Amino acid sequence: MAQKKLSELRPGEAGVVERVVGTGPFRQRLLEMGLTRGVRVAMEKTAPLGDPAEYVVKGYHISLRQGEADLILLSEVEEVAG
Amino acid sequence: MPKQLTVALAGNPNVGKTALFNNLTGARQHVANWPGVTVEKKEGRVQFEDYEITVVDLPGTYSLSPYSLEEIISRNFIIDEKPDVVINVIDASNLERNLFLSAQIIDLGAKMVFALNMVDTAASRGIHIDQKRLAELWGVPVVPTVANRNQGTKELLAAVVRTAEARDPVARHIHIDYGPDVEAVLGRIEKVLAADPQWSDEHYPRWLATKLLELDPDAIQRIQRFADRDAVMAQVEEGRRQLEKTWGEDATVLVAERRYGFLGGTVREVQKEELAKRIVLSEQVDKVLTHQLFGFPIFLFFMWLLFQMTFTLGELPMNWIEAGVAAMKTGVRSWLPDGLLRDLLADGIIGGVGSVLVFLPQISLLFLGISFLDDTGYMARVAFIMDRIMHALGLHGKSFIPMLMGFGCNVPAIMATRGLNSQRDRILTMLLIPLMSCSARLPVYILFAGVFFPRRAGQVIFGLYLLGIFMAVLLGIVFNKILLKGQEEPFVMELPPYRLPALRGVLVHMWDKVTVYLKRMGTVILVASVIIWVLGAFPKNPELAARFQQERDNLEASFVQKAKAWQGREDFAALCRNLEKEKEAALAAMRQHQQAEEMRQTFIGRLGGVLEPLLRPLGFDWRMSVSLLTGFVAKEIVISTLGVLYEVGEVTEAAADSLQQALKNSGLTPAVALGFMVFVLLYTPCLATVVTLWRESGALKWMLFAISYQLTLAWLAAWVVVKIGSLLGLG
Repeated sequence: MAQKKLSELRPGEAGVVERVVGTGPFRQRLLEMGLTRGVRVAMEKTAPLGDPAEYVVKGYHISLRQGEADLILLSEVEEVAG
Repeated sequence: MPKQLTVALAGNPNVGKTALFNNLTGARQHVANWPGVTVEKKEGRVQFEDYEITVVDLPGTYSLSPYSLEEIISRNFIIDEKPDVVINVIDASNLERNLFLSAQIIDLGAKMVFALNMVDTAASRGIHIDQKRLAELWGVPVVPTVANRNQGTKELLAAVVRTAEARDPVARHIHIDYGPDVEAVLGRIEKVLAADPQWSDEHYPRWLATKLLELDPDAIQRIQRFADRDAVMAQVEEGRRQLEKTWGEDATVLVAERRYGFLGGTVREVQKEELAKRIVLSEQVDKVLTHQLFGFPIFLFFMWLLFQMTFTLGELPMNWIEAGVAAMKTGVRSWLPDGLLRDLLADGIIGGVGSVLVFLPQISLLFLGISFLDDTGYMARVAFIMDRIMHALGLHGKSFIPMLMGFGCNVPAIMATRGLNSQRDRILTMLLIPLMSCSARLPVYILFAGVFFPRRAGQVIFGLYLLGIFMAVLLGIVFNKILLKGQEEPFVMELPPYRLPALRGVLVHMWDKVTVYLKRMGTVILVASVIIWVLGAFPKNPELAARFQQERDNLEASFVQKAKAWQGREDFAALCRNLEKEKEAALAAMRQHQQAEEMRQTFIGRLGGVLEPLLRPLGFDWRMSVSLLTGFVAKEIVISTLGVLYEVGEVTEAAADSLQQALKNSGLTPAVALGFMVFVLLYTPCLATVVTLWRESGALKWMLFAISYQLTLAWLAAWVVVKIGSLLGLG
């Protein structure tokens, strides 16, 4: 399946983190929050104004701006039952 | 003398760490700032068995990376202050992510106890943790707690004492296993480190090796004084190269992954999760509160409620305080004889104390609201909903509440920036808050817009508010580009489940802010108020007073003369009554003239005269210059000063007409009046605001910067308005 960015997920979709690109504090923070290789992330919804968006990772909810979600590349994108 | 123990409390945000701290220390707390920065440091004491335990509450963080002030503080405290035990508060429903921080604390070589908090919530979500197994695996005593119901506190203290005395059966030091290849690299770095003759055990070698491998700037800084630092760094570079070649990933990522790998293993072994038992209620609530359509209106309603509660409800106690201060002034005036001491006590000191106390109701109520929003979990949603807009100013969504509160009063608004995560966001928000037109500026607009734009007053005032917001956006972008370039924080934020807040926690939080305000701002505001009072009341001018007394005597005498001439006429009584009225009016005019002259002679009056040439290009006369100076105390004072200087006496609501009339007759053009309103909107924030800005930013330079940029901005904007206004025929 083609690689997708986390920011491209629609509500109700989920994927597995393949790589976190970028450098410095941004990436460090994403890694610390558990967005490491092989972790499943599900998209919940976007904020009323379209950005940021809410995701579920390791059972907790996290909010990322579009620009940050762009840094996370996924494989195995799939639809999950909402 | 009891034995002393120092305990640090560490944990992620939203895990109930504050509640646990309150349970441990009760009322024996002390709030200060960490040295040199504005991050809050809470410390408390507790007696337990034969120990006096000092508990230090570290900032809530997800990690101990060197990229945020809070994390550096936590880390340095553990490394440099070496607390006897670290209590790591862990949210039992979120074990894996919470253990990431725990792993870093273990790497630091600190003795630790886990407070496995909110075990009840976890159980209701179907998450069960084998505490015994967790303790064995990690070599850390585990104590289950429910902090918001004060359960497990005693047991936790007992475990702390056992661990400190090294007699806890499970406590031992383990290594987080990063896998054979990473471990081999770490081993080589440690070896080079330990070979250094200057090596001392103050840095736990394994921690330092791990951090160096991650190219942690603080760790690199720490080895600068080592003789062999080049050899160490060469070893680090070699290790990184090797790992990258094998894994195609940078060592930083690899370490984080391996750490999570270790945590994942732990979780699989100790946690049993019943299938798909989700936090249904919280998710239902969230569906409504951040709904695509209704989320925004609901949010606006909550913000309106918070604003009203703070400022409309807060006005009641404010009025009581003002009335109380006025009564005390009158009391002192009637008790003490005429003279300097009486003036100093009544106007200087009591007035100064009043100007400190008057902010208390709003500060209390605002923080009551904020900590309620925080503890329920809605605050994170405020940031979530508003981030799109605030991001345009280079800010985090969380900056919205402080900015909004700026429309009520800048002082509590600036204090509310304490809730922001990064120092940079805090400074930027503080600098922009004064552009939000606070309620003290409104009376000035009402007066001037009413006189010079009688048919468009509403539009003019609305325009001023918009101008302030526009300037905030503009300067937000400018400051971002120039002043605080390239330091933007990642937004990445947890959206915690909604919870019912504990009343006690909310109240403790509110009380903390009140004491912080009184201690850090109160005294400075008091002293500054007294100084400004002196500048406005001195030098006394006895000659002037004598001259006016003479004129008053002459006036009285001339009326007596007139009356004498009419003696014997049959309408004498009526004539005298008229004459009496005439005399009163003449005396009142003279009193007003005297007040104006006296004010002109004081230091502030003279300074106003000196500054007048600077303001002349804007068309402001000396009266307006002086009123802008006195407006530094509080912006609404601009009006009462204008009242005195235009010789219309006290400006009360009933007597506002006379000032309006005086302004109409003063020859000011609508263009200049508009320029004046713009100036009042944008020029230096009031005394209490700049003091708060100074104390909360932690640096005098930010206060001075705020004053100077706003004065410049106000002058330029007013000049443009006056020029354009004149061109448009408002001259």
